[in-house]
Amino acid sequence: MKLLFVVGLLSALLSHSARAELIIEITEGITNATSIAIVPFGSSGARVEEDLAAIVSADLHRSGQFAPLDRSKMLSLPTDESQVFYRDWQSKTNGAEYLVIGSLDREADGKFRVDYQLFDVYQQKSVKKWFAKGTDLRALSHYISDVLYKELTGIRGAFSTKMVYVTMEYVNKNKASAGQRYRLYVSDVDGYNERVLLESSEPILSPSWAPNGRHIAYVSFKSTRPAIYIMDTLTKQEKKITGFPGLNGAPRFSPDGRELAMVLSKDGNPEIYIMNLSSGALKRVTNHYSIDTEPAWTPDGESIIFTSERGGSPQIYKQHLDSGKVVRLTFDGSYNARPELTPDGRFLAMVHRSNGIFHIAVKDLVRGTFSVLTETDLDESPSIAPNASMIIYATTFEGRGVLAAVSLDGRVKVRLPSRIGNVREPGWSPFL
Amino acid sequence: MSIVLNRKIKIMFALIASLAIAGCSSTPEDTTPPEDETVIETTDDTMVDESSVEGGAMGEGYGAAEEVDPALQNRVVYFDFDKATVKPEAVATLQAHANYLSNTPGARVRVEGHADERGTREYNMALGERRAKAAVSFLVANGASVAQLEVISYGEERPVALGHDDASWAENRRAELKYTAEAP
Repeated sequence: MKLLFVVGLLSALLSHSARAELIIEITEGITNATSIAIVPFGSSGARVEEDLAAIVSADLHRSGQFAPLDRSKMLSLPTDESQVFYRDWQSKTNGAEYLVIGSLDREADGKFRVDYQLFDVYQQKSVKKWFAKGTDLRALSHYISDVLYKELTGIRGAFSTKMVYVTMEYVNKNKASAGQRYRLYVSDVDGYNERVLLESSEPILSPSWAPNGRHIAYVSFKSTRPAIYIMDTLTKQEKKITGFPGLNGAPRFSPDGRELAMVLSKDGNPEIYIMNLSSGALKRVTNHYSIDTEPAWTPDGESIIFTSERGGSPQIYKQHLDSGKVVRLTFDGSYNARPELTPDGRFLAMVHRSNGIFHIAVKDLVRGTFSVLTETDLDESPSIAPNASMIIYATTFEGRGVLAAVSLDGRVKVRLPSRIGNVREPGWSPFL
Repeated sequence: MSIVLNRKIKIMFALIASLAIAGCSSTPEDTTPPEDETVIETTDDTMVDESSVEGGAMGEGYGAAEEVDPALQNRVVYFDFDKATVKPEAVATLQAHANYLSNTPGARVRVEGHADERGTREYNMALGERRAKAAVSFLVANGASVAQLEVISYGEERPVALGHDDASWAENRRAELKYTAEAP
């Protein structure tokens, strides 16, 4: 049975979201999500700008694997172990399997210190106690989410990561010819702390991260022709990498960050090339009269996977760089494109068309199973979280481009509607 | 050569027919054109008079008709889904521009290829380029010179119709001819 619910976020969170461009709605969660109560953290006097417990709750909620207890249902608000009474958390309606409490302090060096503790309500015992220090309260909150997530699921949390995405607005939304406004953004993965990296009336597309989590590569038409650029997201310093005649597209850093795979059509039609970023030397990878595009690297850096219509329809292929050996990876349906692999190389995410509708699909390359994960339409640009928990992608909702995320097993679905424009082409950063 | 000529004659007939229809349905402000003549309007509403298309012009007066060829006013050709083949409906337009380019060595055109929103962005970039190149190949095969033409693909980034339906998609799958020098 599917559990469908749209969550208006905690009011505390919303009150802080005035600047944030994205809001998060869980559109589909798992039925057996773990219930957890994150009690508002105590603070010793100092005025605190952020509601840490609310941020942690939202993080865990967004993973789809946790069902945080609504604050209004909490029978007590302990901030110290001595104030914890398990009976307050054991009720069916007001209870939770796990309890988290914490307190915030400001230290002499101006840094915040959070002491927090996890309790197992069923077993009536403290699981673990931690502390965390930092200057940025949202970053501290995401760090706490990462620690709790790891403790409870065994999987490294990806709440402290970032994403890049592109927005496009029409100057006049009823008249395409009046012009467009493209913006390239970077933000925390929950949509907060967004910063505009680049703004242009010409298209911006295909942003992707370097493995250092700091630089990005993308395509910009600002010179009136497509060209590939690399930008330092901290300084916004930009460097033009290519500007060949024809296509300059789909840049992807190699796992060691030293090379950039890309698509160029300078030699006649779209082919995959690899550029050595220190020497600028180009190496041609594919050589076929059909369209070859959308390269991605295997985690070992030894092969490129890419979209090609050499078999008559777009499908995903893998080419070993040294031997040149090519194997076809997808056989389900007549359109599979924009491949991306999980960090362990086992799962292949892609855009899949069935009955004219574009969905996100995943193929388990070990078992060979193929599954369509989404039910929306015009889904594209899948980008996998560094812990492989979720795939963020672009889709349409109420006629606009929005971001959404789905778990690799398809059980959790999250929508990130934006207040403005069309949001597209999300790129999830590596672990930072 | 004879095929091209035949095509030209066919286009002429099509032109005359469409002009006749245009002449019947439109009501120019100043003068009503004589019954056996057709006045052609340019896009900026300037009347190009004395450019009657008569049966007698068919043989030797071809060049004169070319300069006001309304097919030149059309700068867009359309493509089928996931295809980059020039459709029969696009031939008259491309032929007219090929003729113009061939007769106007100083003219320069930027051919922009576009795709509809379906499918991935980079694949659509490649598809848009393929469409622009198909238009360019036609132009070159019919008299334009490669040096006059520039290709750029916008993929699905520059739609003209904003709907998410078949009609909008059909309008967006196109190649546009943008003159950068000596436009007709």
